[in-house]
Amino acid sequence: MSKILANREFLLAAIVATLVLAVGIRAPVFLTAESLVNVLTDTSFLFMLTLAQMAIIITRGIDLSVAANLALTGMVVALISRAMPGIPIFAIIILAIIVGAVLGAVNGAFVAWVGIPPIVVTLGTLAIFRGLIFLLAGGQWLTSKDMSKEFLDFPHALWLGIPSLIWVATLVTALYWLLYRQTQFGRGLYAIGGNPVAARYCGINIPYEQFVVYTLAGAVSGLCGYLWVARYGIAFVDNAQGYELTIIAACVIGGVSIAGGIGSVSGALLGALFLGVIVNALPVINVSPFWQTLISGIVILAAVIVNARSERPIGKLILASARKKVKAT
Amino acid sequence: MMTDQPPILSVSGLSKSFPGVRALHDAKLNLRSGEVTALLGENGAGKSTLVKILTGIYKPDAGEILIDGKLQVFSKPTDSWKAGIAAIHQETVMFDELSVAENIFMGHMPRKKSRLVDWPSLHSKSQELLKRIDAEFSSDTILKTLGVAQKHMVEIARALSHNARIIIMDEPTAALSGREIDDLFDIIKQLKAQGCAIIFISHKFDEIFKIADRWTCLRDGEYVGEGEIKNVTQADLVKLMVGRSIDQIFPKRDVKIGDTILEVNDFSNATEFDGASFDLRQGEILGFYGLVGAGRSELMQALFGLTPTDRGTIKISGQPIQISSAAEAIAAGIAYVPEDRQVQGTFQPFGIRENITLPSIKDHAKNAVINYGQELATTRKFGAKLVVKAASWEQRLGELSGGNQQKVVIAKWLATRPRILILDEPTKGIDIGSKAAVHEFIGELAAEGLAIILISSELPEVIGMSDSIQVMHEGKFVKRFSRAEATPEKIVSAASGSAH
Repeated sequence: MSKILANREFLLAAIVATLVLAVGIRAPVFLTAESLVNVLTDTSFLFMLTLAQMAIIITRGIDLSVAANLALTGMVVALISRAMPGIPIFAIIILAIIVGAVLGAVNGAFVAWVGIPPIVVTLGTLAIFRGLIFLLAGGQWLTSKDMSKEFLDFPHALWLGIPSLIWVATLVTALYWLLYRQTQFGRGLYAIGGNPVAARYCGINIPYEQFVVYTLAGAVSGLCGYLWVARYGIAFVDNAQGYELTIIAACVIGGVSIAGGIGSVSGALLGALFLGVIVNALPVINVSPFWQTLISGIVILAAVIVNARSERPIGKLILASARKKVKAT
Repeated sequence: MMTDQPPILSVSGLSKSFPGVRALHDAKLNLRSGEVTALLGENGAGKSTLVKILTGIYKPDAGEILIDGKLQVFSKPTDSWKAGIAAIHQETVMFDELSVAENIFMGHMPRKKSRLVDWPSLHSKSQELLKRIDAEFSSDTILKTLGVAQKHMVEIARALSHNARIIIMDEPTAALSGREIDDLFDIIKQLKAQGCAIIFISHKFDEIFKIADRWTCLRDGEYVGEGEIKNVTQADLVKLMVGRSIDQIFPKRDVKIGDTILEVNDFSNATEFDGASFDLRQGEILGFYGLVGAGRSELMQALFGLTPTDRGTIKISGQPIQISSAAEAIAAGIAYVPEDRQVQGTFQPFGIRENITLPSIKDHAKNAVINYGQELATTRKFGAKLVVKAASWEQRLGELSGGNQQKVVIAKWLATRPRILILDEPTKGIDIGSKAAVHEFIGELAAEGLAIILISSELPEVIGMSDSIQVMHEGKFVKRFSRAEATPEKIVSAASGSAH
């Protein structure tokens, strides 16, 4: 089975590479290092948020509030920056992570201990977070004029010639990889999604794990909230509107099972990269944004069909002949 | 034997009630190290409840658990392992998508100083445990590619990984073939030699006499006795378990067998069953026996149009018929009462009335408008016929006891006025009173001319109720026994695949 999984990821990687090359043939400028780095920088948000969302989906949950969290946290730090222009950047970043984590913890508490279905909880908090942005800012837009230079410069900085956003995304990826692959907590997530009853029998603290993954997703959203506002130089109510659906789409394309229990870091990254390439490459060859949405929609359905086929055997393996066949492959 | 030594585990006065059911009352259990204790009792006698208390899944209402004389309080499964108790569950409850090693150590993985998972040691420890029980697969195999017997070995390795001194095996042989059972018994003997105390739960007496040293019996949630296996006979144990003799529980009536109504020929699909051919006559009860996972339910689901088949034909009353959906099966006069009533059979938040009339809703409606009076009449008729006990016909199904829920499930299918009724484990997990009512009712239905297929894993039930018994093994038909020739020994050996 791991072979087929690896194959699917290979397939996805091949599709992404083909797409990049095909666009490159039509518009060679797309294949320059600068342009490719730009694609990665642009997709950084999606990488981080997809990894965070995946942890939740693996436990059979979903978080619709991440983009609203991002926008709210972004507004909070923008307001703080306007009020206290001298505040050091690392303080802003830590503050953004804390604010995001607290918002995520609200989701986590409702899911884990009150026992409300995740889709309902996060649908509610999505609306609340968006509403709070309006209340906090009194409906006004904050633009780059309202933010300090330091605040705005961070996401555009180059470290060792590579944009800081890519470094941050790499760091978050490494941490999530450690969590998923190298910790008992991470393995527990797969257990909860794969078989919740058995997970309980194994002594896994299901509410605790749920609470933590929503809180972590909140922290990542908060971090992205600051980066987003600083990069695009604007904070307003509709910032990153609907972005949660792009994130969930990246998970699905990357082979994360909505039924829970299945998903890998490499798959999630490839899913995000795929959407990132589509968004960045198609305008280069003058394909309209409407085509982009259509194409990603088709790809999502195709991915779900491929996953459904690879996940489900045709029947139970009762006949001795059928069992042998499976063993042979 | 070693009965003089003090018990390693001693349970007394254990009680547990659920709304409407007293699952366990003043239960007692003593285990000694190096001994296998058979825990006896019918389905619903309280064995599973006792096991769930010992493994920290349920909290008892009263009673105490002592290990090495020390009082234990289990408030979660981890407490129970730490005290040295591990259970191997009836239906393997594990993680199909994960590796064998992860399954063994889920919840207590070996970790490095940095608290990160120590993968090399995870695999080497798993490999070591697998070697101890002579398993032939490697620790990085993904669980879902293993067979049932191999999954069992993973569970045993899991128990050993906790350094368990008390191992509970809940029907460990239910899904195993003859050779695999022998292998399991070798493992059990090894565990005994290492000083483990084992609780062995099985419905198969030959196994109990082969492997157990002592027995403890429960009936209707109460302790009825314990002793050494060598001092009892099978008949003694049956009497203790049942509290009455077998022929009283199964009111098989002599019924006039009518014309052939169903003919199934060469029914097959790729992975679940192959070459199933049988016929069924009016008034006949055809029992289907096999080990868990022999493909009986899968065959019936295909017959009912729920899953596709690759080849084979069905004739009803001599007419060839294609059934490719449940609606077509119902129209053809087939009703299927599934095994897992919680999932497949009932709509818990609905009332009794809505549950009973759901499959026959077309008969209760005119121009797509439901006739409430007619619905209520049907509900009254079948509800009363099955003696469903409820506060009102509108009571939500989730509030009824398991036995009464099962009666509602049967009632709802009878309301479709079937000619062929398929009952899949109709008495699984229900109390003895409801069980007797269901048995009596099955007999009555046959007397009214209904053709009945009865899938059951309880040997006395199959033998007691059926006119003839079809035995399946690994998806294939082994042999059909007439009522006269059916003996428990013949049927069990056919079902374990050792007959040919």
